[in-house]
Amino acid sequence: MDTIWNILLDIYSMVLDLGAVMAQLAESFLVTVQIFVLTLVFSMPLGLIVAFGRMSKNRIIRAIVKAYISVMRGTPLMLQILVVYFGPFYVFRIRMGNGFRFPAVIIAFAINYAAYFAEIYRAGIESIPAGQYEAAQILGYNKVQTFFKIILPQVFKRVLPPVTNETITLVKDTSLAFTISVAEMFTKAKQIAAAEANILPLMAAGVFYYIFNLVVAWVMERLEKKFSYYR
Amino acid sequence: MGSRLLEINHMKKGFDGKGVLEDISLTVEEGEVVSIIGPSGSGKSTLLRCATMLEQMDGGELIYQGQRAVWEKTDKKGDVKCVLAPKDQMKQIKRTFGLVFQNFNLFPHYTVMKNIIDAPVSVDKISRKEAEERAWKLLRQLGLEDKAEAYPFQLSGGQQQRVSIARALALQPKILFFDEPTSALDPELTVEVLKVIKELAKEKMTMIIVTHEMQFAREVSDRIIFMEQGLIQEQGTPEEIFTSSNTRVREFIGKMNA
Repeated sequence: MDTIWNILLDIYSMVLDLGAVMAQLAESFLVTVQIFVLTLVFSMPLGLIVAFGRMSKNRIIRAIVKAYISVMRGTPLMLQILVVYFGPFYVFRIRMGNGFRFPAVIIAFAINYAAYFAEIYRAGIESIPAGQYEAAQILGYNKVQTFFKIILPQVFKRVLPPVTNETITLVKDTSLAFTISVAEMFTKAKQIAAAEANILPLMAAGVFYYIFNLVVAWVMERLEKKFSYYR
Repeated sequence: MGSRLLEINHMKKGFDGKGVLEDISLTVEEGEVVSIIGPSGSGKSTLLRCATMLEQMDGGELIYQGQRAVWEKTDKKGDVKCVLAPKDQMKQIKRTFGLVFQNFNLFPHYTVMKNIIDAPVSVDKISRKEAEERAWKLLRQLGLEDKAEAYPFQLSGGQQQRVSIARALALQPKILFFDEPTSALDPELTVEVLKVIKELAKEKMTMIIVTHEMQFAREVSDRIIFMEQGLIQEQGTPEEIFTSSNTRVREFIGKMNA
């Protein structure tokens, strides 16, 4: 009997500890959310521009954009963060200071995610049947009207599932900001864990990420439902 | 017959060096219904796609209502190329015709009503109220009044094709092209679409119809064109075509009726 009680007590105190640690992490969680939101705000439109470049009739533009996407997808995001942060110093001998840490993370994330979004958009745009363009052309729509009225709304619906995937990956990727010591949640959790020689803070961070992603998945599901009025 | 709406002179078109249209000349007068028949691969659809400028022709001349849309020009190297009318003129020219596709190509994210009124409102800049009035008239005419708020996926193929006819008519074209309008439909639904086209013919709508429905072509057309190997092999009134002495025409019609 005693042992069971002890185990229950242990679990109880662990839950209490977890709660305390989560309270400690709450503030840094806001930084994580900021990275997440800002990355989406910049990378989603940027991705559309990159997708246009990728599909450009101009061979040179196409080649440049292709190379860009290839590098962004082919090298670790962690390395890209380091390059953006230290690049100005090594290339131009400009000291950016500590204030540049957060912007560097946003820049690195935005240009990295734009590459992935670009490929998703491209697949979506190319999946729209040629007949849609032809119908629009016959009806007299100009190119801009055709894209924004006919093609893009259909693309949105088609790319939602892969975009959801990317968005969920982004939630977890924000932890890479620890590379240049931006005070987001994972950086904080590691610090506390190291100082107290305790794994609990990292577990607490895990709980935060998981709940965050539950919310993201819920929102995206709602969006998909909203678009299900047509097939 | 009224004025000449369409004139095609020596139209040529090839894909990767393979000739599809060898030399097509054709005129269509106002109020005429012309059917184009012929075996698959004979160039019927390509003719329609070149006439509606979905494909650019390689040689020849395309004229709508006396206005040149496409014509030949010889460049410095002596190569013959087709040039298009300037943009503002082309815009005018393109308003003279509409096209009904084999697989409808309705906009799936728009309701039936929006499919019909969007081009008149955002291209022709007529008021929304007027566009809707026009649309209701068309919907009533085509027996689709109760479908105005439906989305294309909720409709049968026959209904979808009638909506696409309404969408084309809403822009009030002078000529309506049909590219095998019933090929994607089963026989029952084919009948309802053909009925609509017949009614349009009664109202003296000028139409050019690529079709495999021989009996329909015979009933509805003022003139039938038989195409094969990129050429117009024979043309005439339905009676002339159906009693033609041309063995290829007889063979083809015989096969289609079998």
